[in-house]
Amino acid sequence: MSTRLVTFTLDDRVYGVDVGAVQEVLRGQPRTRIPLAPTSVAGLINLRGQVLSAVDLREQLGLAAYSADQEPMLVVIRVSGEPVALLVDSIGSVVDVEADQFEPPPDTLAGVARDLILGAYKLEDQLLLALDVDRAVAA
Amino acid sequence: MDEMDEIVQEFLVESHENLDQLDRDLVALEQQPGSRDLLASIFRTIHTIKGTSGFLAFGRLEAVTHVGENLLARLRDGKMVMTPPTTDALLAMVDVVRELLASIEATGGEGEVDVEPVVRRVTAVLDGEEQPAAPQHAPAETPEAQPEAQPKAQPEAQPEAQPEPVAEPVPELVAEHATEPARRNVADSSIRVDVDLLDTLMRLVGELVLTRNQIVRQAGAQAAVPELAGAAQRLNLIASELQEGVMKTRMQPIDHLWSKLPRVVRDLGAALDKSVELVMEGRETELDRSLLESVKDPLTHLVRNAVDHGLESAAERLTAGKPAQGVLTLRAYHEGGQVVVEVCDDGAGIDPDRIAAKAVERGLRTPAQLATMTHADVLQLIFTAGFSTAAAVTNVSGRGVGMDVVKTNIEAMGGTIEVESVLGRGTTCRLRIPLTLAIVPALTVECAGDRYAIPQVSLLELVALDADRAASEVEDVNGASVYRLRGALLPLVRLADVLGVESDRSDGHVLIAVLQAEGKRFGLVIDRVLSTEEIVVKPLTSRIKELGTYSGATILGDGRVALILDVQALARRVLSAEALERATGQATAVETTVASDHLRMLVVGIGGGRRVAIPLSSVTRLESIAASAVEQVGSREVVQYRGAILPLLRLDRHLGAFGGQDSDELTVVVYSAGDRSVAIVVEEIVDIVDEDAQVRSDIDDHGLLGSALVRDRIVELLDVRAAILAADPGFHDHAPLESAPELAEAL
Repeated sequence: MSTRLVTFTLDDRVYGVDVGAVQEVLRGQPRTRIPLAPTSVAGLINLRGQVLSAVDLREQLGLAAYSADQEPMLVVIRVSGEPVALLVDSIGSVVDVEADQFEPPPDTLAGVARDLILGAYKLEDQLLLALDVDRAVAA
Repeated sequence: MDEMDEIVQEFLVESHENLDQLDRDLVALEQQPGSRDLLASIFRTIHTIKGTSGFLAFGRLEAVTHVGENLLARLRDGKMVMTPPTTDALLAMVDVVRELLASIEATGGEGEVDVEPVVRRVTAVLDGEEQPAAPQHAPAETPEAQPEAQPKAQPEAQPEAQPEPVAEPVPELVAEHATEPARRNVADSSIRVDVDLLDTLMRLVGELVLTRNQIVRQAGAQAAVPELAGAAQRLNLIASELQEGVMKTRMQPIDHLWSKLPRVVRDLGAALDKSVELVMEGRETELDRSLLESVKDPLTHLVRNAVDHGLESAAERLTAGKPAQGVLTLRAYHEGGQVVVEVCDDGAGIDPDRIAAKAVERGLRTPAQLATMTHADVLQLIFTAGFSTAAAVTNVSGRGVGMDVVKTNIEAMGGTIEVESVLGRGTTCRLRIPLTLAIVPALTVECAGDRYAIPQVSLLELVALDADRAASEVEDVNGASVYRLRGALLPLVRLADVLGVESDRSDGHVLIAVLQAEGKRFGLVIDRVLSTEEIVVKPLTSRIKELGTYSGATILGDGRVALILDVQALARRVLSAEALERATGQATAVETTVASDHLRMLVVGIGGGRRVAIPLSSVTRLESIAASAVEQVGSREVVQYRGAILPLLRLDRHLGAFGGQDSDELTVVVYSAGDRSVAIVVEEIVDIVDEDAQVRSDIDDHGLLGSALVRDRIVELLDVRAAILAADPGFHDHAPLESAPELAEAL
């Protein structure tokens, strides 16, 4: 069984989400911060008249925060019908992966990331981490 | 019978519309006897009336339409041709149908209308007695007209006999078809439009308004091109008018909502054995359909509540000297850009004392708090979460959905709710709902570099203070900033503090947006005021809504997103709950008693740096007692004093200061009237002042009458009566009368 994933990088690691969930990819959208909101909510963006909230995946995955000069890209995905934007370092490509390449996360993976990573696809040169989109957006 | 009434009502409305159309069609048909479209339309109308009348058991109506339908079926199928006698017969039939409908409308029954002559006449035409054969009006379509003139009373048996002549309509008829629909639409003057289409239009208009804002701003900046400014101006006007127009298309009369209520009231009345007359006033009052939808549940709940709890049983009503039948009045009207909906019953009314008792029982308020509340304020407690006055949980109300949910729902749509009641006379619940939610005028402000929108409906005025004035005019009541707005103290809230951000205003200027929410005024300190504009409200995800700070988001002229501040929620968060609830009733009262009473006051500290003034005339002694001397009686603390037992009131707890480090020695102010005394525990005695109380404000926390300037410091004025009652609820019952005027004079 082959699955098609859209990949993106965070801290040089490659993550993937199902291609069907991805609506579009954006760059350089001004974000409006939301005081008092959880740190994982990186603000609101205007997507052609629709207001979306942006989720900071680095925060969600326990990675270092973006520095001021880094300009994250936005992957707009649909979670239960509602579009949400994910902040990522850079967008990768679309890859087909097979079910037999998949392995659940290692037992040593702990902390917040464990809830958000479904497992890894063993590609030839690297691991592709499958992201649990629902949780990544909800957490 | 109500459900039936409703159906009959719909049937009548529909039929009347159809009959008007039918008259026109029949006359038109005489001109173009071959028009299948006209015949089909007429047939459908009569067929519909026949079907429904059969269902509703209007026998004569059914009989008339049945023969009419038979005739029309044959005309439609081309087995007969229209002749003047046929038209006359059909028109006569329509007239009788109209008569029957009028009778049904007036009396609910078919009355005395005699249908026999018409039935005979139509049957005669059917039977060909009136010689319908002469085809003088049927220019191009005579072929199969004559042969079928005779089938007696079973025309349905025929349909399959002849295959439809496909190529029947002649060119001139086609031309007629083209013009026909336009004429009908104009005649009908109203059309049905898909709701989704309206929503789409509304959204587009929203976008247009945003784009207009952008253009107008740009045009303002480009002073060199006057034509652009002119065009922008026109665009501005047109967009506003268009917006208004589209908004109107979404308006629906509240009757859409109310029409379901007679049934609810009737069923409920029957279940509870109460006879209820439902009166509706202002059915035609219009509001946005999205709001109509949201107001449905709260309104139904209020109506159910009124029948269940508001109105008494017939027996009780008769005993109280009222007519056995209770009256429930629904009233709707426009007022100040809002829709007001009232649900009034003429029932027993709400007993504030019972509400008060219940509030204490549920732990929602202390007796001391209640003592300071007006009756009107006590009534509003029914909207507090965890409150239900129904003695028994019935299957009608008390299903876990309380008035607090009603209040929450109404407030969620930017509305308010209040209750008024006169014991023995009835209760009125009043909802105030905005006309529309989608587009609101707002003030855009800046705070810490971010822009926020404040709905104009909450905004009273703007105050700008330069550094010098700000330094001298923004004062504080022990940490709480206040500004004297025309003599009254206005509590100030810094938006940057509320949002936990760093204000970037460092020049000492202070900008205050004076806001009103839940009947309470406060000043929101912001960094900058940008502009006022119409904003389109975009929903937020529930996660961000949960923060209780923002009611939505909007897209500003430059395409950036700005958050809309939820002023109601903000007020709830930053102002103490008691202050809010008492505000409406008392703020004005206190404000107006700007006192110049010359009185001596004992100023005490209650911890946390707060100072409270107690009129000295109330005080009999200042004492120091050992903390170990305090004993418990029930839930109250008492102390033995000169052979009597004094109830003890810890003023810091009473006023919510919690400064209290426990010391071994308690400083006590003894207040006496007659032979009863209470001991008020304070942290320290500061001073006795002999001053004019210069300014009193409406910053009233529970237990306080307000605040005053005493020797240039703001001191809170203790509501002695409430304090005493908190310590000894029976105090004033037994206290000699002369203490009352003294108190009144002092405060």
